[in-house]
Amino acid sequence: MHPVLRTVLQRLGLGIVTLLAVSVIIFSSLEMLPGGYAENILGQSATPETVAAFKRELGLDRPATVRYFEWIGKAVRGDFGSSYSGLSGSMKRDVSATIAPRLYNTFFLAAMAALIAVPLSLILGTMAALYRNSWFDRIVNSVTLTTIAMPEFFIAYILVYVFAVKLKLFYPNSTVSIGTPFVEHLYRAALPAITMTLVIIAHMMRMTRAAIINLLASPYIEMAQLKGVSKSDVIRHHALPNAWAPIATVIAFNLAYLVVGVVVVEVVFVYPGIGQLMVDAVSSRDMPVVQACALIFAATYILLNLLADIVSIVTNPRLLHPK
Amino acid sequence: MNTATTPVRTIKARRSVIENIRRNLKTAPLTAWFGMIVILLYAICAVFAPLLAPYGESEIVGKAYQLSSPENWLGTDQIGRDTLSRLIFGARNTIGIALITTLLSFLIGGSLGVLAALKRGILDQGISRVVDAFLAIPVLIFALMMLAVVGKNLINLIIILALLDATRVFRLSRAVALNSVVMDYVESARLRGEGMGWIVFREIVPNILPPLITEFGLRFCFVFLTISALSFLGVGIQPPTADWGSMVAESKSLISFGRPAPLYPAAAIALLTIAVNFVVDWFLHKTSGLRDGH
Amino acid sequence: MVTDKKRVKGETLLDIKGLKIDGYSDDVWNPIIKGIDLTLKRGEVLGLIGESGAGKSTLGLAAMGFARPGCRISGGSIMFDGMDLIAASEEQRRALWGSRIAYVAQSAAASFNPAHHIIDQTVETAVAHNIMTREKAEADARDLYKRLQLPNPNTIGDRFPHQVSGGQLQRAMTAMAMSCRPDLIIFDEPTTALDVTTQVEVLAAMRDIVEQFDTAAIYITHDLAVVAQMAHRIMVLRYGNLVEEATTRAMLKSPTQEYTRSLWAVRKLQKPESISDDIALRIHNVDASYSGAIKVLDNVTVQVPRGRTVAVVGESGSGKSTLARAITGLLPPSRGEIYFNGKPLPRTLAERDKDTLRRIQMIYQSADTALNPRQKVRDIIGRPLEFYLGLKGADRDRRVVELLESIELNESYIDRLPGEMSGGQKQRISIARALAAEPEIIICDEVTSALDQIVQEEILSLLMRLQKKTNVSYLFITHDIATVRAISDEIVVMHQGKVVQQGPKSQVLSPPFPAYTELLLSSVPEMDPDWLTGLLAKRSKKAKVSA
Repeated sequence: MHPVLRTVLQRLGLGIVTLLAVSVIIFSSLEMLPGGYAENILGQSATPETVAAFKRELGLDRPATVRYFEWIGKAVRGDFGSSYSGLSGSMKRDVSATIAPRLYNTFFLAAMAALIAVPLSLILGTMAALYRNSWFDRIVNSVTLTTIAMPEFFIAYILVYVFAVKLKLFYPNSTVSIGTPFVEHLYRAALPAITMTLVIIAHMMRMTRAAIINLLASPYIEMAQLKGVSKSDVIRHHALPNAWAPIATVIAFNLAYLVVGVVVVEVVFVYPGIGQLMVDAVSSRDMPVVQACALIFAATYILLNLLADIVSIVTNPRLLHPK
Repeated sequence: MNTATTPVRTIKARRSVIENIRRNLKTAPLTAWFGMIVILLYAICAVFAPLLAPYGESEIVGKAYQLSSPENWLGTDQIGRDTLSRLIFGARNTIGIALITTLLSFLIGGSLGVLAALKRGILDQGISRVVDAFLAIPVLIFALMMLAVVGKNLINLIIILALLDATRVFRLSRAVALNSVVMDYVESARLRGEGMGWIVFREIVPNILPPLITEFGLRFCFVFLTISALSFLGVGIQPPTADWGSMVAESKSLISFGRPAPLYPAAAIALLTIAVNFVVDWFLHKTSGLRDGH
Repeated sequence: MVTDKKRVKGETLLDIKGLKIDGYSDDVWNPIIKGIDLTLKRGEVLGLIGESGAGKSTLGLAAMGFARPGCRISGGSIMFDGMDLIAASEEQRRALWGSRIAYVAQSAAASFNPAHHIIDQTVETAVAHNIMTREKAEADARDLYKRLQLPNPNTIGDRFPHQVSGGQLQRAMTAMAMSCRPDLIIFDEPTTALDVTTQVEVLAAMRDIVEQFDTAAIYITHDLAVVAQMAHRIMVLRYGNLVEEATTRAMLKSPTQEYTRSLWAVRKLQKPESISDDIALRIHNVDASYSGAIKVLDNVTVQVPRGRTVAVVGESGSGKSTLARAITGLLPPSRGEIYFNGKPLPRTLAERDKDTLRRIQMIYQSADTALNPRQKVRDIIGRPLEFYLGLKGADRDRRVVELLESIELNESYIDRLPGEMSGGQKQRISIARALAAEPEIIICDEVTSALDQIVQEEILSLLMRLQKKTNVSYLFITHDIATVRAISDEIVVMHQGKVVQQGPKSQVLSPPFPAYTELLLSSVPEMDPDWLTGLLAKRSKKAKVSA
């Protein structure tokens, strides 16, 4: 088997194992509670009978392993079971149906932020690296260091205060629904997208700058210069073919960061995404929803890192052309 | 010269700690100075909160949502407590909780990391694989999930965050300890027949301390921001404890009325993390060239 | 066109006057080159020699009009064939680089771009500067590969850099430098990273091709014997100043400066051989391996007499360092026995008692990693005194000072950290730490190979004096034959995990030699400008005879 294929398969296998391990952790979090989840929810006054009835209703009376395989088996097919809220009534809320539109909204927002942030920060970060120690680089360093240190909601509220409250360019709340037209959706999601862009752009620029500086310090770059290769060819022909792996890592890391940042930003702007759903579910301790959201977040995170690793593998000449 | 007969005089080449600090401060850049002063001010606020605050932590001093006035410089909150006083008490609570959490995380993650680097083998493999799985879940998401399971209270919050953060600390401390473990001076101590205690505390720890101190600053910022985010989301530090994250959440509706109330506590958070980052950045520059041109 | 330019021999090609270069560190500019004149005629090969920190690489790059990031040219002039390289624009310099001035770096493995085929990198300048068409350039590259005696010259260019060996890559880089037939090539320590047996082939190939095309060259190295084979004229540099300049023969025969003579200090050291039958350590039929599959030590038997020095010599991968690990118990032998004073030594470190550990000490190649950077000299040397001999407080400190004096340092060093001492001083502290245990045998693992010649000589002399005083045995592991000649009583030659030859120094170093010893010994450059020529003639004659 070709080493690239073998390494990619190995990495894929590792990704699946990680995903399974994470699903076990997420599932078993419910089992870790001393005294049990049901007892905890119902309080000390609950009689054993009520506890037993509650457990039976949630299906918690069956062995954990059986429930895990049932849960993960359905989850793979996109079925996350029924929500705990509204369980006692006749209307059973389907978790997947609740999540689906919100998942779309979240990916819409994340994609918007990524489309602005990724190219912008790659360009700016590369420039900072190429013009190292210039005034541009120094300003970039201080500004990004400051931005990184700020909580997302601080940036968000400053933007709201300036652009929505004072200048009235945007709405302070980004309410959208299934029927919202695409352009309207773009407009309403603009402020949260800009917030997230600002947050990850700082991280990404710093990482891009460091990666490019590291790359340009390679002896083969100096050698290329000393061979009289023009500046643009040094970058295009000598640096770029070796830059895919570090750049992919930077992008994946930051998109993963974006996925987490989305939780706070959605709450600030009351944007109906999966982050806000998860926060609400945590407050009401609606475990099927919480677990489903956690699994989706973790899976996205793992998938992004997996993609970055695969890019690194398939662009590595040592693997592409074995001895 | 024969010193076998003359008693050895003790040579006082040891530069005092204060002298060292003074030397370092002289060369500190402006940003680092800014950072250190801000951290000092925050520390004073946290320690002397009851003396500095004009009113009590949860003392109701007037009507709700008052604008700033000579009595209440930053106005009052949704149930009529003095915003400035709560900000000052918030320093004590928010910073204190983050600090305890980070210390706990370093205690667990740091000692496990050094142990794994030293022992290698199955122990290292075992811990590393478990940690790898935990690293694949973002901290905020995991913390939210665990808080949903165990319920939101302060002790749970500290334990959960400390454990999750410890996985990150483990990774770093294992890596830096491993760099030190493979050094010839550790092998030399082994060949001498030294016990584990000597090797860890005399050979390895002094060498991994500088990077770990820097990391402590960064982890503190991360924990501090995560706690603030959780509080903002309503599942972190619970009322009536004054805390900056929850204060942002409590006053967020005011912003629509053109009042920047949520910006005060948010700025308080941002300023501290910026300050710590500036100091850490300076530290990184200093320790990267350890003892060059003393 | 550049290549059509008539090459007149004897005409001055490069003329550097009063050159000053500064380097930026600790927020200040420090001088690296302090006003150097250098001239080079067409077709001439100039050797630049000096120890670490002499500024020879900086000067070599400056001959191209190039200063590394963090360096600046602060004074003087660099004239290349009538063109002022300092005043020239970036574009003008770049037009010269690769086509008229080429550079060969120390590490070929790092200096080739991992993402491109070797031949694409070889022809890059010629094609980019429109000197040749790609087809012509590639044909020419294959011709150069053949002239440089690379295996499979027609196809080796289609490989990637990581697919060929270090010695081959170094020759491929020479082909790359030669592709536009430049007027000047800068060789920057091109063979330093290679084993001696590989070095010979690369040196021969480089010298040959430079002669064939009558190219001028600047050859930078720290090894006088190497440069003697390559250069017509030699400049000795130290701390950015010129120490001495002369033709190669004149310099080797009658150097005028003391410093120049110190550059081959180790070669002048010659300990009289002394044989003993009183065996302190006996390694008997030992096998060892790391993973189990490949034997890193294969049936090794070595004896170390009391108060004598046994040198273990071999190239990288010969198993000589593994032998040290087997003796110290870090890597228990899979077969065989190690006897210490006639009694079998417990196989693993954990099974050995404190007193056994005390008797066998070790000194490492790099004092930077062997001394804990956070411990003061007082604690570094004091610890074995306390641990093995139970010395405490003032007694301990008194003994530390005695030991410092025995390694020719004084008590003012007692509170220094390793970072506050020079390389030679640090290695002395390592020696003192080993001596503090009052050992019977010290294993020295390449203890001088990271040091400059003159410091090497000092350390070796110190070790010999200490041996006379304390009657300690040394097991001296090294790859450097000059060091072996200097210090040993007996020699063990190792190759691929096996002992090839062993015996008293006089016997091992005189014929008849087993094949590998012959190859190893004959590959070590000598202080004779005709050595390489003679060696190549001898080897080709032998090849003819056997064919």
